[in-house]
Amino acid sequence: MKKRWYDYLWIASALYLLLGFFNILFAWLGLICFFLPLLISITTGSKAYCGRYCGRGQLFALLGGRFGLSRQHDVPRWMKSRWFRYGFLLFFLVMFGQMLWNTALVFSGARDLREVVTLLWTFRLPWHWAYHGGASPWAAQFAFGFYSVMLTSTVLGLGTMVLCKPRSWCVYCPMGTMTQLICRAKYHPDAVRQNQA
Amino acid sequence: MGKEKRLARVDRDHCVACGCCVKVCPRGAVQVVRGVFAQVEEALCVGCGKCAKACPASVIGMEAAGQ
Repeated sequence: MKKRWYDYLWIASALYLLLGFFNILFAWLGLICFFLPLLISITTGSKAYCGRYCGRGQLFALLGGRFGLSRQHDVPRWMKSRWFRYGFLLFFLVMFGQMLWNTALVFSGARDLREVVTLLWTFRLPWHWAYHGGASPWAAQFAFGFYSVMLTSTVLGLGTMVLCKPRSWCVYCPMGTMTQLICRAKYHPDAVRQNQA
Repeated sequence: MGKEKRLARVDRDHCVACGCCVKVCPRGAVQVVRGVFAQVEEALCVGCGKCAKACPASVIGMEAAGQ
């Protein structure tokens, strides 16, 4: 099958993670992965982002598939259940909200900038070497927080990639769940049937 | 004895509509309908099983045609 430009977006994903080790402010670019899937599903009612443009999914497919870093086992049944997927989405949104709250605290001056990356919502890793100033403290705080979200989800995805199938992250990816919910809300079976006829 | 024709079948209730199956299908027989679930075009499916192998949620099964 002929490769298209968007089949190489895994490079952008890998680069994003790498850049966060050198200058945390690059973390802001991750907002593209947040808004673009939502925008695509809201405007076109499709999950084209997941299937075509998701660099992280491509990265997992590459590492787990071609590089053989996956056991290729089925995901456990509970992982694809709606309660788990919706529950994880809710948990993710609450954590995201907390990150925004921390940003707001720094913005208002109630708290000083914390130059740490929080992995798996628990482990605070010193990350001061990736911040060289040049931004408002709140903008830097957001970068540290957002990068924490991205790194945490990558680590989780790598974990399930190894244990289960390469792209098992897609099963419980909060963005995927959210865009599917949007598509489901816009979905009218009768209209689809008429189009196909 | 001829080999029985197999077809890919999707469990729509558990499909996460990620599109991995669409990507690997050599016949273009799978599409994600409106971002909600994957659907196999039976006339095009040759039962190779690539989609079932790639599906991260393992919700595609290979079944004998006509079942």
